Amino acid sequence: MFDPMKRTPLFEAHEELGARMVEFAGYSMPLHYQAGINQEHLTVRQGVGLFDVSHMGEVRVVGPAATRFLQYATLNDPGRLKPGRGQYSMLPNATGGLIDDLFVYREGEDDFLVVANASNTAAVVRHLQDLAAGYECHVIDESDTVALLALQGPGAPLLLGQLVDDDLGQVKRNATLDVILSGIPVRLSRTGYTGEDGFEIFLRPTDAVSVWNMLLAAGASPCGLGARDTLRLEAGFPLHGHELTERSNPLCTPFAWVVKDKEFFGREAMWDPGCATRLVGLRLTERGIPRQGYRLLDASGAPVGEVTSGALSPLTRDGIGFAWVSRELAEPGTELAVEIRGQAVAARVVQPPFHLT
Amino acid sequence: MKTPTELRYAESHEWAAPDGGSATVGITDFAQDQLGDVVFVELPDVGRRVAKGEQMAVIESVKTASDIYAPVSGVIEAVNDALDARPELINSDPYGDGWLVRIGLADASELAGLLDAAAYTASASEEH
Repeated sequence: MFDPMKRTPLFEAHEELGARMVEFAGYSMPLHYQAGINQEHLTVRQGVGLFDVSHMGEVRVVGPAATRFLQYATLNDPGRLKPGRGQYSMLPNATGGLIDDLFVYREGEDDFLVVANASNTAAVVRHLQDLAAGYECHVIDESDTVALLALQGPGAPLLLGQLVDDDLGQVKRNATLDVILSGIPVRLSRTGYTGEDGFEIFLRPTDAVSVWNMLLAAGASPCGLGARDTLRLEAGFPLHGHELTERSNPLCTPFAWVVKDKEFFGREAMWDPGCATRLVGLRLTERGIPRQGYRLLDASGAPVGEVTSGALSPLTRDGIGFAWVSRELAEPGTELAVEIRGQAVAARVVQPPFHLT
Repeated sequence: MKTPTELRYAESHEWAAPDGGSATVGITDFAQDQLGDVVFVELPDVGRRVAKGEQMAVIESVKTASDIYAPVSGVIEAVNDALDARPELINSDPYGDGWLVRIGLADASELAGLLDAAAYTASASEEH
């Protein structure tokens, strides 16, 4: 059956801006605009960038048992959240891996909004609904009724502050605030996926174009998925499908802090891993760009791991990436090599983030 | 998309500008636009012998690494060292300062086998 690509409410706006559109998770999304990925990346590090991330999934979990259910279904502990706050979390499968990584907001005592990756939303909804049987709560996919923008960069609070009556200084990291943007109600969350200050903006799809244009007129630059990927990598954030997968144990990654010692789905399979390999950050000390799937070599030239994501850091101009590597070579400072087109290019194990050095 | 009529083109998106017994070679405006921001270029050694269609260079954009093929056979006479520090010249001036290599032609008749601008434009638009 012909399955046309889905569009966010901003599809026409992206085309008008001359975006290079690509298929991502079934959506037609902007890879970059006319400025290009590098410039968009630097704009977010130094100014203010605006992303359309309306393709992301939003799943409501609501009911008297919602807290208890999400404490079982996710790896972080949403019971620690006050209403109006959010946390980074993960959705474990039965075999010690991850169905997705998530952001979980507590919107009320028994009311949570789970933000999932677009490519995994269907699987997240299915899994949560299956798992919620027997719990007094409902799992509702609200993805099609929520648009999401990300305003990111050191200038974001000032830019947004000019458009609202509220004091944005009171909005702490991972906290939310409902505001009116020139007559349009939106929910702000002080978070993002870039390593910079900024806000994610939840709003009605019918308001997306107005708010998008308002923020561009106020001085934000449009940024696409290309810059979103280099920014998150430079900031040391994982991307599900690369660093985190259905087969990778989060306890063997730098993101093990998310996993709280409590009862959760799949705990037996995940707990006490041997971690024969570990996920580490890599910085190339010679010129080159690590790419997903490239092999890591030890000093003798033997394969000891594999790159999961890589790029040339637009900020530092070094090749950077994440890789799985044998446990004994995972210490920061360990000298390794990445095999690039048959050549061993020198690299060092480092502790992300990569842009704050 | 610029496609100068005085150049010859390979379907794999390289251009060749004949000049006596040599040809200057680069990638097309279409190719640089598809690649996006070029961040790293690996060029062949001067003196290397390349055959038409042989992989001779690698251009890395933010998103991907792409092989570049020799549009004609011959010996690498010169490479564009400026790309080492400024790979973005391939984006800003693909037919000028963003040239890649100069090849001393082994067989000048190979040039006639390349596409003219109209044929290349048709070929590239099919791919698009």
